[in-house]
Amino acid sequence: MRRSSRSVLPGFGVSLGITCTYLSLMVLLPLATIFTRTADLSWDSFWGTVTNPRVLASYRVTFGASLVAALVNTVFGLLVAWVLVRYRFPGRRLVDAIVDLPFALPTAVAGISLTTLYASNGWVGRYLEPFGLKVAYTWVGITVALIFIGLPFVVRTVQPVLDDLEVDVEEAAASLGARRWQTFTRVVLPTIAPALLTGFALAFARAIGEYGSVVFISGNMPMKTEIVPLLIITKLEQYDYAGATAVALVMLVASFALLLGINLMQWAARRRVGGAGV
Amino acid sequence: MTTIAVARPATTAPRAIERATGEARWIRWTLTAVALGFLALTLVLPLILVFHEAFAKGISAYLDAIREPDALSAARLTLLIASIAVPINLIFGVAAAWCISKFEFRGKYLLITLIDLPFAVSPVISGMIFVLLFGMHGWFGPWLFDHDIKIIFAVPGMVLATTFVTAPFIARELIPLMQEQGTEEEEAAIVLGAGGWQTFWRVTLPNIKWGLLYGLILCNARAMGEFGAVSVVSGHIRGETNTLPLHVEILYNEYAFAASFAVASVLTLLALVTLALKTLVEWRQRRAAGEQADADAPLERIAA
Repeated sequence: MRRSSRSVLPGFGVSLGITCTYLSLMVLLPLATIFTRTADLSWDSFWGTVTNPRVLASYRVTFGASLVAALVNTVFGLLVAWVLVRYRFPGRRLVDAIVDLPFALPTAVAGISLTTLYASNGWVGRYLEPFGLKVAYTWVGITVALIFIGLPFVVRTVQPVLDDLEVDVEEAAASLGARRWQTFTRVVLPTIAPALLTGFALAFARAIGEYGSVVFISGNMPMKTEIVPLLIITKLEQYDYAGATAVALVMLVASFALLLGINLMQWAARRRVGGAGV
Repeated sequence: MTTIAVARPATTAPRAIERATGEARWIRWTLTAVALGFLALTLVLPLILVFHEAFAKGISAYLDAIREPDALSAARLTLLIASIAVPINLIFGVAAAWCISKFEFRGKYLLITLIDLPFAVSPVISGMIFVLLFGMHGWFGPWLFDHDIKIIFAVPGMVLATTFVTAPFIARELIPLMQEQGTEEEEAAIVLGAGGWQTFWRVTLPNIKWGLLYGLILCNARAMGEFGAVSVVSGHIRGETNTLPLHVEILYNEYAFAASFAVASVLTLLALVTLALKTLVEWRQRRAAGEQADADAPLERIAA
């Protein structure tokens, strides 16, 4: 890496040196172990491991529940962001602060609390049980935990964009005869769509790797409610390192693809905003 | 400055505008009620339940649970791990933010993406990679075994996993903030004869202190609350390699629910303090930014 223009400021070499050394030793080298370990496997045994029926079932559980949770979060996250930005009500600042709770609360605490809440004798679970809806120790419970974990990602991505939205455009739409709902779907929604999509992707990415909040409520039944991270731990505990790394590699590739997609989306959004400003 | 700020003319019919760009009152109320109801159900109820369950067996049982030797040693270990992981990531965060925000170089965006990597990795995988490096069958495992150094299923591994997981927090907070602030003030200080460190302490640090504090708070909360990564590398030995979140799990799995929630309530208090500090810092940051904008305004007018 080379500096493209001279600067009078000192410390470029040192700070870049620290950054690159640290990232290499602390992040890249450890992550590289997954790739080298998997390379030890033959293609057939790798493929056999990652397409084993129990592993396939855990992908379905993890990706399915994460998708549903991220979709629920997209709808309710937008609603919460909208209410926080547009409406004034007593306690708004407190509500705004509490949105970040899932970021601050240790996942294990969230896990045991949600499990107790949605167990068949829990505060919420006992009202759902008569309707035949079991939440704890089912697929639904996993989704509930992932909704808890992912909500702030959507709210905090959409909120600043809604905040910056000029009311003028909405006024213009209204003065041209647009109904309120039309203004929302034709003017507001397209503007916030990139942020909404980013929030969805962030919530989804977080959900597929989540462990602590899910492992208590999921019941951990192989083929039914076993999530991928738990399967990896199970394989590690059985000293099946090759199997664990093979499954981890699949998850890692999925996560990196999402991260790349998120970065591209943000880059595109920035360029669009930048282009409009010139 | 090419943009001209035009004061919005006083509207003759503010009500009409409000009606056109706002929702009818009943819609407003319904949306607010649904949003608040959703937040109450998903966020507030679990929070209340933690304290309710923690005191389910009375206050003395609660105090016993958090004063028990295993709980205290878990708390000590949690503090120890955070006190190593957070300062390391503080140095890394400031160094990364300095080179990325104050200099132009090729590969910058790749570097920013690499800093974000730990966020994209599942906590379980974050723990696992250190097992693959330092575990019995890992890269350095045999060498470590020969020299009788234990990293995995011991405290060093837990420190490493926590440091990995919390690495991006401070850098991520500082990079956009310092990029926005540019290099003019530092350049002026250097031209006027200040040294590098002097410039950093006297010029840069006062400008970024709230962002830095914000990053520190988030980093610390995650370091103390991390569960998945630490769980993989911990030996789960009571009194030795148990952090508070792991202690919560052990108690819960032993059906000692009240004790488990008692320890969990300590972590919940920590989360609430984190949120309060975060809100305070955000508020100060916004106020500082507001003052900055006010202070900049006359200069910009002269420049224009």
